[in-house]
Amino acid sequence: MAKLKLKHLRAVRWFHWINFPLLALMIWSGVLIYWAYSPYHIGSFHFFPQWFVSALGINNRLAEGMALHFTLMWLFVANGIAYVAYTILSGEWRYLVPRSPRAFRDAWQVVLHDLHLRREMPAQEKYNAAQQLAYTGIVLMGAGSVLSGLAIYKPAQLWWLAALCGGYTSARLIHFVLTIGYVLFFLVHVAQVAMAGWNNFRSMIAGYELVRDE
Amino acid sequence: MSEREIELASAEAKGLLGRRTRRAFLTGGIAAVAGLGAYEWLTKAGAEDDTPWPQRRVLAWNAKIAHAYLSDGHQMPSYSPSQVTYLKPNGDVGLGSDFDASDWKLKVSADGIAPFHLQLSDVTALPRRRMITRFCCIEGWSSIVSWGGARFADFTKKFFPPGRELPRFVYLATPDEEYYVGLDLKSALHPQTLLAWEQNEKPLTAEHGAPLRLVIPVKYGIKNLKRIGSIRYTNQKPGDYWAEQGYDWFAGL
Repeated sequence: MAKLKLKHLRAVRWFHWINFPLLALMIWSGVLIYWAYSPYHIGSFHFFPQWFVSALGINNRLAEGMALHFTLMWLFVANGIAYVAYTILSGEWRYLVPRSPRAFRDAWQVVLHDLHLRREMPAQEKYNAAQQLAYTGIVLMGAGSVLSGLAIYKPAQLWWLAALCGGYTSARLIHFVLTIGYVLFFLVHVAQVAMAGWNNFRSMIAGYELVRDE
Repeated sequence: MSEREIELASAEAKGLLGRRTRRAFLTGGIAAVAGLGAYEWLTKAGAEDDTPWPQRRVLAWNAKIAHAYLSDGHQMPSYSPSQVTYLKPNGDVGLGSDFDASDWKLKVSADGIAPFHLQLSDVTALPRRRMITRFCCIEGWSSIVSWGGARFADFTKKFFPPGRELPRFVYLATPDEEYYVGLDLKSALHPQTLLAWEQNEKPLTAEHGAPLRLVIPVKYGIKNLKRIGSIRYTNQKPGDYWAEQGYDWFAGL
């Protein structure tokens, strides 16, 4: 015997796959904007190196980047709000949000397990503790991007939001750091999906996972 | 359709999952193609002032919301004199060298009103306001600058013909009309909008727009016109130098 187990709800799959290109385009248009004034660097590494600018042809496209950014922001925010509302209304949030401080310890053990430094996985429900932290964290990051983005967008009209972000220049830094965070999340996420295999990936498309009974 | 678990013989389970997977990939493929099509349309549709028209519509919509919400209470924060930073004289469009500041006059006009000219002393006779605010360039950098000048609202009250309704827009241009900006009236009359003749407590320098420039902290730097030659009150949405090159016309902060 075997079981088809519903893993990812249909709406969640749609939210996920709509968010992916939207976030990618928000980052892309953000890079077009960032090009016009590029103050950030880590040591001698500057965002972004000349080879990166040339390879992607991102120079002199500020107006294009701003128009796209302030068009797609509506869809990105609407999809994000719909996703959060759905997880709350459907009760799915219970699986996604860590509900005890144990999650931090468990998440660390998951990391050790994934690095082959620990044999056993800690007990889990639908998502392990590391996934819970990552999937909850990314939603909070999204909220942070929207708020810091609004602070940069309207620092006079939303002066209190800019103040909450530590001022205009600080809001810009927060907005940028969160974006780098998405890129890092993406790299780890894709590596994890690749390692988890086809059955898992398929469930994000078709919803169901094949579970074999002993 | 969305049962949580379906228990079946192995072969049947595989078959059912295969059908569902194919259907899901087909749906996803169609959605992806539709998404690509939407993106092509959004980015390749006919341009209006260098920006595809669907995006222009959204920018106009964004501006409408921002304009409706804008009030005199929405102000850029003030800073102390010790926080003032260097301001880059970023652009020199409209600041050609064939200009004699001693010969300068400000041309003021409005729909249906004969233009008249003002001297600098007419403007500096208005109550002088000082403010230290952030100047935000659309490129992303910003500086903290101390300005001295008259409120555009005071200027309007004094020089706009009484008894007439104020039009919806203001247009300002350099004397050579090379650089020009369009403003909505609400932003122009905002208490932080100045006709400035002082920067950091000294008279404006030529590169920063002497003898008189616009300082409008609720807009990006591109709207802060230097070396004002003419001001026009109008009900026709005015042209704008940078908006014609792909930027948002409203450009509000």
